[in-house]
Amino acid sequence: MTKPENMMTWKDLEIGSIVTEPGNASQYQTGAWRSQRPIHDFTKCIKCGLCYLFCPEGCIGQNAEGYFEADLFYCKGCGICARECWTRAIKMVEEEE
Amino acid sequence: MEKYALYVPRLVTKEEIFAPGHRACIGCGEALAVRLVCKALGRDVIIASATGCMEIVSSQLPYTSWQVPWIHTLFENTAAVASGIEAALKVMSKKGKRPARDTKVVAFAGDGGTSDIGLQALSGAMERGHDFLYVCFDNEAYMNTGIQRSSSTPFGAATTTSPAGKMSIGQTSWKKNMPAIAVAHNIPYVATACPSYPFDLMAKVARGLATPGPAYIHVLSVCPTGWRCPPDLTVRMGRLAVETGIFPLYEVENGKYWLSDDSSALRPVTDYMKLQGRFRHLSEDVVEEIQRRVKTEYAGLRRKARRRHHEDG
Amino acid sequence: MADKVGIEVSVAIGDAVKLARADVVAAYPITPQTHIVEHLAELVASGELDAAYIPVESEHSAMSACLGAAATGARVFTATAGQGLELMHEVVYVASSMQLPMVMTVANRALSAPLSVWGDHSDVMSVRDVGWIQIFTENGQEVVDNVLCAFRIAEDRRVLLPVMVHLDGFHLSHMIEPILFPEQAEVDRFLPPNQYPFPLDTAKPVTMGAFAPPVIYSETKKAQEVNIRASQEVIIECWREFGDAFGRYYSPVEGYHSEDARVLLLTMGSFSETAMTAIDRMRDDGKSVGLVRLRLWRPFPFEEIRRAVKEAEVLIVVDRALSFGGPGGPVCSEVRSALYGEAKRPKVVSFVGGLGGRDISLDGFEAIVSRGMEIAETGSEREFEMFGVRE
Ligand SMILES: Cc1ncc(C[n+]2csc(CCOP(=O)(O)OP(=O)(O)O)c2C)c(N)n1
Ligand code: SF4
Ligand code: SF4
Ligand code: SF4
Ligand SMILES: [Mg+2]
Repeated sequence: MTKPENMMTWKDLEIGSIVTEPGNASQYQTGAWRSQRPIHDFTKCIKCGLCYLFCPEGCIGQNAEGYFEADLFYCKGCGICARECWTRAIKMVEEEE
Repeated sequence: MEKYALYVPRLVTKEEIFAPGHRACIGCGEALAVRLVCKALGRDVIIASATGCMEIVSSQLPYTSWQVPWIHTLFENTAAVASGIEAALKVMSKKGKRPARDTKVVAFAGDGGTSDIGLQALSGAMERGHDFLYVCFDNEAYMNTGIQRSSSTPFGAATTTSPAGKMSIGQTSWKKNMPAIAVAHNIPYVATACPSYPFDLMAKVARGLATPGPAYIHVLSVCPTGWRCPPDLTVRMGRLAVETGIFPLYEVENGKYWLSDDSSALRPVTDYMKLQGRFRHLSEDVVEEIQRRVKTEYAGLRRKARRRHHEDG
Repeated sequence: MADKVGIEVSVAIGDAVKLARADVVAAYPITPQTHIVEHLAELVASGELDAAYIPVESEHSAMSACLGAAATGARVFTATAGQGLELMHEVVYVASSMQLPMVMTVANRALSAPLSVWGDHSDVMSVRDVGWIQIFTENGQEVVDNVLCAFRIAEDRRVLLPVMVHLDGFHLSHMIEPILFPEQAEVDRFLPPNQYPFPLDTAKPVTMGAFAPPVIYSETKKAQEVNIRASQEVIIECWREFGDAFGRYYSPVEGYHSEDARVLLLTMGSFSETAMTAIDRMRDDGKSVGLVRLRLWRPFPFEEIRRAVKEAEVLIVVDRALSFGGPGGPVCSEVRSALYGEAKRPKVVSFVGGLGGRDISLDGFEAIVSRGMEIAETGSEREFEMFGVRE
């Protein structure tokens, strides 16, 4: 785990403030920004993967049965996946408070 | 043109080289473009990036979204930084100081960092013939600093420094033709692309990367925040830009133009413009003028270009 | 060790860079730096130097290409002057903040307007606070020696900072001087290959130049400041080892008849050579004068300066740059703040002269000393005086 920025002292920084842990932004939760969430109806899903391709967050993956599903840790709720799904298998619903 | 194969995941690497956890706005088309470009680049690249949205959202200390070596220094010098990396890699492997891996050098910048403040550095790097791929992510304004106009902002668009008002229609100049400027440098590969056509985009990136010498790809990147359109329409908006002929997709190989798609029947520009707040103030006359210009330019492009049939489809 | 050869100092710098086996040179021509980069281009073209020479389209791009090259772990060199240094300013700051080691010689030049291609230290002062290590030289031999030292200092794992080696434009850059070049094998022993620890490399991906919100920006700057201050020890160690290997020793502050002098002159750069001759003449006339030469401009050698001047009654600082509407000579300001807290300290007098290629002659230095002593005695209403200006 990367030390959070408000805990880091100047001694914790690498020379030139280089970050040596590739892709550690994946520890950062962007899902908290969401006001809508995608709900997948697997009965309609043909597993084409288009939603996965068009998600700006790259947060849609295949579950054990091969269906595509959003990782809500990252999903910002943009609704692109729902808009682009051919079979209308995805519905956007309001996040509850 | 894009024949979506049914099982997309089989065709596209699952690796997210632009890792999730980046802080781009909801529905950002530029983040989508970067993500797809990175999939096509693979892991054997070094990326030099300009100041701008994609830099800010991907590299807030102590975090990074980058899985490949990545360097940001300033706003206007990305092509020069890439020149230095490319020249160094070449001489270092020749001198045996680095393994002779075929690592490619790639530069990323916004439309501001490319067609305005970074144009000189880019021109120099293209003219010197460095072996690198330059990708311009064009969201048609300086978005990172709050939607100011650039020379890539389309005619009539309202931005914070080309506001619409009683005395102004918004942007009063026509979009600078950056790909044509790249072509004028006689570089071997130039292309336009858009993430709404992911396979076309990725194929062009792969071609640009494989081309020895400078390659330039201009990627239209829908910005729901700056264009004032609903974030779920990002992919659709890119498609409309292409289908209206506003942003035609083409390649220029050694000076020869190839249309990636030929829509002889263009959709009316209003299909595209009416969905965006930045055009909402425009009168019918101005929209008409834009429509005429788009048709003329598209016809000009068609005269220059041939339709391409890539073996790989 | 070979014999001394008579050679133009600019050309000698190119030869020193060759001896250092630089990998990448990116530069843009500007008088009076041109002969340095022309010679390097020649050395690369003839195959004598196995390096990439990038003929960039501007100084901004020169320094930017150097950033990219240094980030891959290459040994990197560039040179500039005056307007060129101004144009690259933004990038110069990034090089030190990202701790990318490289060496740049600056053939010091006045700044426009009016346009002047001749020497002074205005360009240096505009990059005073950018975080580079900065070394001043007085003659061709010193430039060659310090270019070699600069690579070793810059690339030292304990330092990892870019280094500027300053030489006065024309006054030094265009002189033909006898210079002793070390043998290649000796240089190779003194200067190990660059082992930059975090190069851009797909085998171990790093993110360089990440963006810092307020919660962490101050920490990055503190780290940088601690680092450049600590570099002084390494610089001194490098100079000592260079001396042991080649017989020529350097230090942050160097004196000339300074120990017992009542009145001290302080200079930086090639004017020190004339000043030394002037000191000889004044000493022959029985005056108790000496000279202090500041070699290390950044990090500023506070302790060494205090030690070098504390016994004197009057210290006369001759600057070759102005700080408009400010305290006068920039070097003098630094010296004054170094001495302010001292119980025993000389009276400090500030002169600015030698601007835009104007010489200060032997007589000139004598005049400065006597006017300086007068001011020390009677005081002056002005913060500083400009020397040699027609009223
Ligand atoms: C020399 C300099 N001038 C201005 C800026 C401020 N600035 C940072 S990013 C930016 C706009 C970026 O626009 P663009 O290149 O189109 O990228 P986008 O953010 O739209 O993706 C500006 C004006 C800067 N960082 N450096
Ligand atoms: S786009 Fe729709 S049908 Fe295709 S994988 Fe996603 S949810 Fe299933
Ligand atoms: S709503 Fe947007 S962010 Fe969430 S999974 Fe769908 S496309 Fe991705
Ligand atoms: S302003 Fe536009 S381009 Fe920038 S992150 Fe937001 S949506 Fe993306
Ligand atoms: Mg932009």
